[in-house]
Amino acid sequence: MLKVTPFHPRTAPLAQGQAWRRWAGYVVASSYELLHDREYHAIRGAAALFDVSPLYKYVIGGRDAVRLLDRVVTRNVAKCRVGQVLYTPWCDADGKQIDDGTISRLTEGTFRMTAADPNLRWLHRNAAGLDVTIEDVSERTAALSLQGPNARTILQVAADFDLTGLKYFHLTSARIRSIPVTISRTGYTGDLGYEIWVDAAQAVPLWDALIAAGTPYGLTPAGMLALDVARIEAGLLLIEVDYISSHRAFIEAQKSSPFELGLGWTVALDKEQFNGKGALLGEQRRGAAWQFMGIEVDWDSLERLYAEVRLPPRLPTVAWRASVPIYADGGQVGYATSGGWSPLLKQYIALAHLESAFARPGTPVRMEITVEHRRKQAAARVAKTPFFNPERKRGGGGGGA
Amino acid sequence: MPQRYDAIVIGGGHNGLVHAAYLARAGKRVLVLERRPRVGGAAVTEEIFPGFKFSVFSYVVSLLRPEIIRDLELPRHGLEILPLESTLTPLPNGDYLAMWSDHDQTRRELCRHSARDAEAYDEFGQLMHHMAMAVKPILGMVPPDPTSLSPGDLLGLARLAKHFRRLGERHFHALCKLMTMSSADFLDEWFEFDGLKATKAASGIIGTFLGPRSPGTAYVLLHHYMGEIDGAFRAWGFAKGGTGAISEAIAAAARARGTEIRTDAPVARVLVKGGRATGVALESGEEVAASVVVSGLDPRRTFLQLVEEPELPADFVGDIRRYKFRGSSGKVNLALAELPDFTCLPGVGPHLRGAISISPSLEYVERAYDDAKYGEFSRRPYLDIVIPSMIDPAMAPPGKHVMSIFVQYAPYYVNGGWDDAKREAFGDAVVDTVAQYAPNIRSAILGRQVLTPADIERILGLSEGNIFQGELSLHQLFFLRPAPAWAKYRTPVRGLYQCGAGTHPGGGIMGASGRLAALQVLKDWR
Repeated sequence: MLKVTPFHPRTAPLAQGQAWRRWAGYVVASSYELLHDREYHAIRGAAALFDVSPLYKYVIGGRDAVRLLDRVVTRNVAKCRVGQVLYTPWCDADGKQIDDGTISRLTEGTFRMTAADPNLRWLHRNAAGLDVTIEDVSERTAALSLQGPNARTILQVAADFDLTGLKYFHLTSARIRSIPVTISRTGYTGDLGYEIWVDAAQAVPLWDALIAAGTPYGLTPAGMLALDVARIEAGLLLIEVDYISSHRAFIEAQKSSPFELGLGWTVALDKEQFNGKGALLGEQRRGAAWQFMGIEVDWDSLERLYAEVRLPPRLPTVAWRASVPIYADGGQVGYATSGGWSPLLKQYIALAHLESAFARPGTPVRMEITVEHRRKQAAARVAKTPFFNPERKRGGGGGGA
Repeated sequence: MPQRYDAIVIGGGHNGLVHAAYLARAGKRVLVLERRPRVGGAAVTEEIFPGFKFSVFSYVVSLLRPEIIRDLELPRHGLEILPLESTLTPLPNGDYLAMWSDHDQTRRELCRHSARDAEAYDEFGQLMHHMAMAVKPILGMVPPDPTSLSPGDLLGLARLAKHFRRLGERHFHALCKLMTMSSADFLDEWFEFDGLKATKAASGIIGTFLGPRSPGTAYVLLHHYMGEIDGAFRAWGFAKGGTGAISEAIAAAARARGTEIRTDAPVARVLVKGGRATGVALESGEEVAASVVVSGLDPRRTFLQLVEEPELPADFVGDIRRYKFRGSSGKVNLALAELPDFTCLPGVGPHLRGAISISPSLEYVERAYDDAKYGEFSRRPYLDIVIPSMIDPAMAPPGKHVMSIFVQYAPYYVNGGWDDAKREAFGDAVVDTVAQYAPNIRSAILGRQVLTPADIERILGLSEGNIFQGELSLHQLFFLRPAPAWAKYRTPVRGLYQCGAGTHPGGGIMGASGRLAALQVLKDWR
C-alpha cells in the first residue's frame, strides 16, 4: 500500500479526476482539477498550495553536526548562519552527484536536511567517529509549499510574524493561527514562495488556516503537473528525471557531477575536505565535459514541421520527462530530459545535457520532435536558465495583491 | 522643430504600441503620441471605484499573436494571460447550458439537452478548426490586391490560391458558406438545441450592427473562433491586471527599445508637404517632424480629421466616408460586494470563472437586434459577462468582485440621441436582465459605470463607438479594409501609414495590424 500524506483528508476530496502521482512511496495529486492549467497560472498569477510532505527530512544535531554536513555536501555549511537555508547537492567519492536538497540551520547546533531520496544510511556512514544525532523526521513533519506573487500577502494574513524581513533562502519559526510552524522562503517554482513545516498532527488545521487566509487572494491547491511546468521554467533540475543518483546508476555514463548539472556554484572547493573534493578539483581544472542548459525551440520551425502534414503545432501542455536527442552540425551533441510548453512565455522550452562545446547560450541546435509518427528535427537555441526569473522571487517587502 | 524622429505613431492603443515597438526594434527612433493620460486605447485598466479595477472597455484577449509576445518579450515586461475556462448560458426555464474546458465534461452537459448536438459538436469543432486553419495565414499577411499585377501582389495571391486549393472541396465549400451565410442559418445546419445555437451565434454579432439572422455574421463567428492561445484554437483568456496590463507590457517593451511615449499629447493634424507627410502638429500648437507618420486611429479620424481633404483623392475620401462604423454595443462595469448567485446554478463555483452569456435563444438575440434596428437599445440585450476578480483577485478588494458586462445592442444612433437619462435607463435594462437570472445582483452593486457607444466615442475617439474601428463585415475586410487599393497600411499621402483595427486583419487585442504595418513601413524604408 502506498502511503497518504497528513494532508490527505483535505486533498483527497479535491481530486476531481482521481489523478494521483507516486512520490517517495506516497501519493500526491497530479492535478486537482481535470486540467492543470488553472493550477499552473495560480503559481504565476496569484498563489498555489502544494503538499510536499513526501520529501525526506532529517534533523541533525550534536557537537559535530557542522562537520558531518560539511563532509557530506558540497556547500560550506560552517558559513551557514542560524535562520539561513542552503540549497546544495552532495556527491560520492568520485564527485558524482547522489542527491540534492536543502540544509536549514534551525539553531546554532541543529540542522534540517531535506532530500529527494532516502539518505539516512549515507548520513550514518559519513558520521563514523563524529558526535552527532541523526533523526529521520520524514513522517513526523508535514510540509506545504505556498508559491506565487500573492504568497507573502496570504501568509501574512495568517501568520503572527512580520514576513517582510524574511529574505530569500532564510527561515523563521512562527505561528499560523496558533499552530507552531517553521516558514522558509524557499520553493521549487522560481517564484516568490514559502515552505511551511509543521508537526504532522497539526497538518489539517494548517491547511484549513491557509486556505481560509488565501482564498480571497486566489490561493489554489495545485498538483505535480503544474509544479513540473513551473520548475522547468525556473530551470530547476529533478532527480531521476534530469539526472540519475550515482547511488542508482548502473554505469558510469549515467552519473553526473555538479559541474555537469549547472551546480558548479554550489561546490565550495575552498572547504577543507568533503566527499568528492579531489575528483571535483580535477574536473574544475579540466573543465566539465557536459553542461546542463536550457533549450528554446524555434516556433517558426515547429510550425513548419507541422504545416507539412497540415496540422497546427501540437504543444506539450503537460511537461514531458524523456530523453530527447539534441543535434548540432552533423551529429548528436546532447539530450533533453525535461521539456514542455511555457504558457507564460509562449515558448517551447526544455532542459538538456549538452557537450560543453555546444553549450554556449545562443548556440543553434536542433531538437528531435515526433510529428505524426515521424521523427523530425526542430530548430532550437541553447539558452541560459532560468527561463523566467521574476524580481519578486528574491525581492523584499511590498508585492502581493 | 527641434526634435526629429524617424517615425511618429499617432495613438497609443495596443496596435500603435506594437507598431512602435517593432520599429524601435529595427533601430528606428520612434515617438508615440497619445491623447489620453494613459496608453492602451480601448485596452486599459482603470480604478473606477476605489479598490476596484476594470478592463474598462476591451475585456478579454484571444488573438494576441504569440510571435508578438515572444518578439517583444512581453512576459518579462509583466504580461500574463490567464485562461478563461467556461461559458455558462442560463436558460429561461431555470436550467442552464455550461461549456467547460474539459471536452468530455462539455459533451456530457450537451447530452442533457440534445444527444445529437453533443455528437455534432465534435464534428463542428473539427470543421471550425479547419476553417480557422484556412483563414489563419491571411491574418499574418499583408493583404494582396487581386486587381493588381505587381509581383508582390501576384505572389501573395498565388500563395493564397495554393493554400485554398489544398483545403479540399468540402472545406472550401464550408468556407464559402461561412463567408456568406448568417450565423443562425449556419448553426441550424448543425444543431437543434436553441440555447447552444444562440450562444454560438452571439459571437457572430459582436461589434457589428447585424443580428444572428443577418447574412455575413457567420464570418464574424469564425473571426472569434480563431481565438487562439498557445496554438489551441477557441481559447480565450484574461490578462492579469486587466487588458491595460497588455498595453503596459507592450509600452514597456517599446520603451526598453528607446521609444518615447508622450501622453496627454493630442494630435491636431498631419503635416503634409508636396504630397508627403513631414510630421504632426499637436493641439498645443507644437510641431514635431518625422520621416514617417503612422496613425493608429480609425480611418475616419485619420483621413477626415487629421489630413486636409485636398491632399487625398476624391474617390478615396468617398470610400472612407462610406466606411461603416455603426457602433452597436455598450459596456456596464459593476463593483460588487458579493458574487452573483445564479438561480440556475446557485452558489460559488467554477462557472463563475468563465464567461456568462445571456443568450437563451436565437429569437431572444434577434429580438434584441430588432430593438436596435429601429433606433432603441435592446430592452433585453445579449450580455457577455465576466468576473475578472474570480481569476485575478487583485482586481478587487479581498472578498469583493468586479463584473464586466459587454452589452449588445446599444445603437450609436439611438432615437433622441444619448443623454444621461438614456444612459441610466440603458444601465437599468442591463441590470434588470442580469437580475432575472441572478436576483441578488441589485443589492450586491457598490458601483456602476455605464458606457454607451457615444461615451466610447467621446472617451476613446472610436468613431460612432465601434469597438473594431469599423464593422467586420465582408465588404470591409482583407484587401477592402479600410478602402479598396489602400489596404496595405499605406495611404494616398506618401510617408503616412495606418496601423489600427481599421486595417487588416481587424479588431480584437491581437496586435497583428500593428506588426504587419511595421513590417510594411520597414520594407518601404529600404
